[in-house]
Amino acid sequence: MTTVPSGQAIGARGLRKSYGDKKVLDGVDITVAEGSIFSLLGPNGAGKTTAVQILSTLIRADAGEIRVAGHDLARDPQAVRRAIGVTGQFSAVDSLLSGEENMLLMSDLNHLPRRDGRRRVAALLERFELADAAKKSPVTYSGGMRRRLDLAMTLVGDPRIIFLDEPTTGLDPRSRRTMWEIIEELVAAGTTIFLTTQYLEEADRLADRIAVLDGGRIVAEGSSDELKRLIPGGHVRLTFAELGGLDKAFTVFPGSSRDDETLTLTVPGDGRVETLRHVLAALDAAAVTVDDLTVHRPDLDDVFFALTGHSATTDKEDSR
Amino acid sequence: MSAIADSTTMLRRNFTHSVRYAAMTLSGLLLPVLMMLMFVYIFGGAIGPAISAGTGGGVSYIDYLTPGILVMAVGAGSASTAVSVAVDMKEGIIARFRTMAISRGSVITGQVVGSTIRTLVSLALVIGVALLVGFRPAAGPVAWLGAIGLLALLILAFTWLAVAFGLVVRSAEGANMASMPMQFLPLVSSAFMAPDLMSSGIGWFAAYQPFTPIIDTLRGLLLGTPIGNSGYLAVGWCLGLTLLGFLWARSAFNRDPRR
Repeated sequence: MTTVPSGQAIGARGLRKSYGDKKVLDGVDITVAEGSIFSLLGPNGAGKTTAVQILSTLIRADAGEIRVAGHDLARDPQAVRRAIGVTGQFSAVDSLLSGEENMLLMSDLNHLPRRDGRRRVAALLERFELADAAKKSPVTYSGGMRRRLDLAMTLVGDPRIIFLDEPTTGLDPRSRRTMWEIIEELVAAGTTIFLTTQYLEEADRLADRIAVLDGGRIVAEGSSDELKRLIPGGHVRLTFAELGGLDKAFTVFPGSSRDDETLTLTVPGDGRVETLRHVLAALDAAAVTVDDLTVHRPDLDDVFFALTGHSATTDKEDSR
Repeated sequence: MSAIADSTTMLRRNFTHSVRYAAMTLSGLLLPVLMMLMFVYIFGGAIGPAISAGTGGGVSYIDYLTPGILVMAVGAGSASTAVSVAVDMKEGIIARFRTMAISRGSVITGQVVGSTIRTLVSLALVIGVALLVGFRPAAGPVAWLGAIGLLALLILAFTWLAVAFGLVVRSAEGANMASMPMQFLPLVSSAFMAPDLMSSGIGWFAAYQPFTPIIDTLRGLLLGTPIGNSGYLAVGWCLGLTLLGFLWARSAFNRDPRR
């Protein structure tokens, strides 16, 4: 077993966890650079929440070496807890306390001096657009407001690393976008984010690195672009004004496929700039005039399907 | 240091919960008083003479009844503790607490101390109303101290048991069910009736279940009736149940939460 180098926000090697004879995590390695957004992407039941629960000290792994914020998680969980904040899948707020009381509770538990705590709480409520609802019970909040309160409570302690377990699941598109903007602001301020999601769009938009978790194993890891390049399906589509152009171009690109009705030619390629430049140069050399050009790259949905054999948001049963 | 600060914070949270759950808190406080009034004014006429005759004519029914009601109030208090712990565990906020750098036991300490304070208020209420309707304890200061000490031991035992129930069952309904024995076993004890006046099987059970020596000891301390070896049994039961409840609650709380 290799050791986890320090200096990373999160490093885990050989993470294993079973419930009964069901292996939930089956040898998972995770590395998250400081100040980045790392996304664990996977369908329901893939083990995402279990991974977050282990990395955030909530449950113990059966095996594996874990360092979070420079501390050995098994040896010094309290030190890890001082550096992290967790916002769970199911909003962990106290519904018998008002929004503001929930925030002040976090301030007390973080041992902030009373006045500093009050100031910080007021600022966060303002920033998360919860000031008007501060005196009300979270029971009366919308889903988006509850998640914002949940995250605001996490931020009272000013954590360096934040775990967000499916922060936008079940939210309407507008609330989702608000949440994304908040996450982007946090990273801009230097916070490390560990994000789990079953939404490809979310990982695509937010994450610096994405690990695809399926059946307790990481089946692929890289930036969104790297993942997309892993699989075939990218192509350049050329549209011509008249049939002559299509004929000429078809001879230039052997292996391409033509559609005489729509006057389009599909040229396979990985969608990188060099490939595109090569296509344009070949067209120039043959003096073909192109009416329109589109580059299609496989989206994460294609990647996910290719890697796991099922799509990300359906097939819940398959992955269990 | 931080353990005390965190426990205080949790106690404050627990207190706010009692205020927000006003209906439940109030019914918890009033139930024992209502039970007492019911037994005195509805059943007292029938049971009272038998009790009086059994004790050689010296003890009025309200005097006989009050120690039992006090023990019952402790049971009722522990039921609400079990429910509030179970509800709390479901809230998900406990998971948040577990990932924060706070004293591990502070959540439970807050519950135990909060519950103890609520039960003490309830006991004071019972004693106050009992005095109004004719309770005349014969106890001197030492006996009163002994009675208060025994009640405190009982609160400790029941609260820890209740916390363990709340941690294990994880639903309000389950917690209420689990704490049923603490609420209803007093009915089949010497609380309202002398066991030797009950039908033989039930009487045997009533004589040997833990509530009976506890109630008899309390009665002895408050009324000056003979205690016999009930005192040792009462203290033994309380200490045993406290230890059981504490160890059970601790192991349930330290276990990894279920998914």
